[in-house]
Amino acid sequence: MTTKLRPDLAIIANNVRAGSRLLDVGCGDGALMAALRDFKDCDARGLEIDADNVSAAVARGLSVVQGDADVDLAAYPDNSFDYAILSQTLQTTRRPDLVLDHLLRIGEEAFVSFPNFAQWRIRISHMFGGRMPVTKQLPHKWYDTPNIHHVTIDDFRSHLKERGVVIQGAWFLSGGRPRRAQIANLRAAHAVFKLKKG
Amino acid sequence: MSDDERFGLKKGVRLMGPVKLDSGAELVPVDFAYETYGDLNAQRDNAILICHALTGDQYVASDHPVTGKPGWWLTMVGPGKPIDTDRYCVVCINVLGSCLGSSGPASIDPSTGAPYAMNFPVITVADMVRAQAILLDHLGIDILASVIGGSMGGMQALSWAALFPDRVKSAVVIAATARHSAQNIAFHEVGRQAIMADPHWQGGNYYGQDDAPAKGLSVARMAAHITYMSEEGLTEKFGRNLQDRPDGTRGAKSFGFDADFQVESYLRHQGSTFVDRFDANSYLYITRAMDYFDLADPHDGVLAKAFAGIQTRFCLISFDSDWLYPTAESRRIVHALNAAGAAASFVELSSPFGHDAFLMDTPEMNRIVDGFLSAGRAT
Repeated sequence: MTTKLRPDLAIIANNVRAGSRLLDVGCGDGALMAALRDFKDCDARGLEIDADNVSAAVARGLSVVQGDADVDLAAYPDNSFDYAILSQTLQTTRRPDLVLDHLLRIGEEAFVSFPNFAQWRIRISHMFGGRMPVTKQLPHKWYDTPNIHHVTIDDFRSHLKERGVVIQGAWFLSGGRPRRAQIANLRAAHAVFKLKKG
Repeated sequence: MSDDERFGLKKGVRLMGPVKLDSGAELVPVDFAYETYGDLNAQRDNAILICHALTGDQYVASDHPVTGKPGWWLTMVGPGKPIDTDRYCVVCINVLGSCLGSSGPASIDPSTGAPYAMNFPVITVADMVRAQAILLDHLGIDILASVIGGSMGGMQALSWAALFPDRVKSAVVIAATARHSAQNIAFHEVGRQAIMADPHWQGGNYYGQDDAPAKGLSVARMAAHITYMSEEGLTEKFGRNLQDRPDGTRGAKSFGFDADFQVESYLRHQGSTFVDRFDANSYLYITRAMDYFDLADPHDGVLAKAFAGIQTRFCLISFDSDWLYPTAESRRIVHALNAAGAAASFVELSSPFGHDAFLMDTPEMNRIVDGFLSAGRAT
């Protein structure tokens, strides 16, 4: 079912309960939502900042609201979804910590995926190039990047620990393929976490 | 259904209602003028109600009998269009208080045999919707696949969902608001005062007289028309361009008070053509209804409560250059819908046309409405 999905989205899709109710924050054109609706009978809602993406998602019949995760999550009631999903969006928010709080408040559980800024390629690029890394995962220049809060897997883990958030699952990817958890902070290009309030 | 006299073009019916009004009064009988397009299916579940705006009419996809102009939403409504009349039975009803055949201040008061004029009861947007529900009962339409409207039509669509959630499967609310702001009320008050300051208004009793308050109504329309356009749109269309003068001189000031500027001429034209097709008292009543509109008011000011437990799907669209009902108002509705757990979609589209963008051929809007309605058919 998820062959066409981005690898991190495929992991989320495979680990979502069929028939569940979920909010996809930063849902893009609704690819994940559509897959979950069509193949897992989920009641999916979306929040997306880009008008063209919202139009595309609504035109494919999805319930997507144009809005900003930093501002508009406050309007959603507590525990109103089985899952709140934030894929590849955490690093673009102004206050990732508050957005994460909202996710854990709105959803019984949350999925969060992000590019790992401590992957070896990025470390090498930074250490030897002396420049802001531009990689396949992070293709933007320093001045036009939407990624304003880069985070590493270890940063994220330590933040979760501070906040008492329970990690229910973690997946690591490199080159679109799964990687083992050992030294993931060095090896993985992407991480997907499944979380729950402590 | 083609042999059913209740369906088709230029339909009218008098029903005994009564319409129980927010003011406490009752309106009886109630006249309805409406158009229907497309056939109601055997399950009677393919009806779409289109609600028109303040000075709109029921001729959504048919020629206007007074102006001869084609339907006002032909880009949206028709065979193969986003609101597909091959698929849906589309109903558009002249709104209560208006002057195109439904009961309004120009109608005859059965208790006096003379026009109601200012004895017509003050109505609200909810009253308009309650009246429409009575007509739909008459048509045998219990469930609406969708209620769709722009501007005041959007207010009616919201009210439909709030008042009759079980009858409304989906609602499309375009360039609308859940309440009139102080600025909205202020502009309407200017219009009303212009009408009432016209000596021909005569306390509303101008029916059957030689003159109607055309000047006042025209000024009201001019003021309102400015609010329907964006500054960018006006600048692009007219800038500071001057009119050609009657003596043939081009682009010269008259050093008088003729319509020197093209924008003045345009507004005067908008005003003077409007009076041929609209009744001044209807303008007073409908603007008053809009000013009273605040969907949260019966719910302790909490908009989300208006949608509590609702199963209706919503699609909201706003336009970035609309300063009459700006995006923030749509967003407020969306927040309330989210808080109520309703299925809602919302997008702000870019357009230079201001509030009137919903009447223009906007491919993006068409695509969204099409997709939204298709999703309703799938479930």
